Amino acid sequence: MLLVLSGITLFAAVTLASVYTLTGKSIANAQQTKKEEAIRAVLPPYDHVDLKPVVMNDGVETTRVYKAYDKNNVLVGAAVQSTSNNGYKGPVNVMVGFNNKGIIVNYVVLDQHETPGLGNKMENWFKTDKAKQDIRGKNASTANLTVSRDGGEVDAITAATISSRAFLFAVRNAYFAFTHSLDTQPNVAKSKVDAPRPILNDTTSTINKDGMKGPQP
Amino acid sequence: MKNSGIKILLNGLIKENPVFVLILGMCPTLATTSSAVNGMSMGLATLFVLFSSNIIVSILKNIIPDKVRIPAYVVIIATFVSVAEMLIHAYFPAIYESLGIFIPLIVVNCIVLGRAEAFASKNTVLSSALDGLGMGLGFTLALTLLGVVRELLGTGKVFGNIVFSENYGAIIFVLAPGAFIVLGYLIAIMNKLRKTL
Repeated sequence: MLLVLSGITLFAAVTLASVYTLTGKSIANAQQTKKEEAIRAVLPPYDHVDLKPVVMNDGVETTRVYKAYDKNNVLVGAAVQSTSNNGYKGPVNVMVGFNNKGIIVNYVVLDQHETPGLGNKMENWFKTDKAKQDIRGKNASTANLTVSRDGGEVDAITAATISSRAFLFAVRNAYFAFTHSLDTQPNVAKSKVDAPRPILNDTTSTINKDGMKGPQP
Repeated sequence: MKNSGIKILLNGLIKENPVFVLILGMCPTLATTSSAVNGMSMGLATLFVLFSSNIIVSILKNIIPDKVRIPAYVVIIATFVSVAEMLIHAYFPAIYESLGIFIPLIVVNCIVLGRAEAFASKNTVLSSALDGLGMGLGFTLALTLLGVVRELLGTGKVFGNIVFSENYGAIIFVLAPGAFIVLGYLIAIMNKLRKTL
């Protein structure tokens, strides 16, 4: 009895370990690619991106700010990776792009576990030009980015107010991190002149060489 | 032998369809069928687990002592569920995200343990494989059908292709009550069909 049970668990362990090693790289690659695509998708027109993020941690949520520059190394905006832990079924992880005036260019939901058919609509809901859904083009410094029910100017997803609140919280937090990153590191743009980075548009390999990972918390 | 093989395969598809006849595995059936793609991917993942675990259980049926057979089956099933989860995560990240928690939950899907206990532990490897395939296909078919109906009525799309405007969709069909309503009607239709066959 003992022998059979040990044998079965051993078989399970070996199978799992081999599949894990087999798929581990693809999983990491898929996540990396997704993040890079997200950065590209949310930024205003740019020339190159600083792939070493400015990492901020307020003790609960970690935010990463990827700054983008034009040909003359003037800041055109930033892609900010931001998380909210108030999702309906887990953290909501988004990438939000701002231009240098703080206007939301676009966003991509990187990771969420909201209810399929309801909360997971956030992936397209807030970029659909319908009623007060669209957050693109809103100036994050002046607009009240909360759901209408809370007195804000954004329509929540039908039947998914909690998910919508979590999403908008992440967006607000992203903007906060973006402005904060400008305050604390005024020399970033200048240092870019000394060490220009490769153009992001080029190939994925260029990005990898540069290291999208950034410092871990 | 050939005839009985086909019979076993068809058994899971129609006569003992896990969803429409046995009413087993209702949790993923109701929860993941909010769209056709979700339903089908869930069905295929379950098919993989059913097929593989049926084969292994039937190979090991003579050496697993009766007293510990359930833990042994659960370990085997859990192994294949984890394998399926990692494979989906690596190669179909979009599906992995939309199914979320329901992939690991295949492990407690009673249809999988049910077939291991009721069929694979008593039959040859070949028939067990066919049974797993048949049951898995039956499950996939049922979930896809449910997903198609719910997606069409709820959002006006089929597999993401727009059939009519979303404005005419009744959101209740994407929500939980819609799942029960559609499932009830589909079971009724299937019962009627099986009687006429």
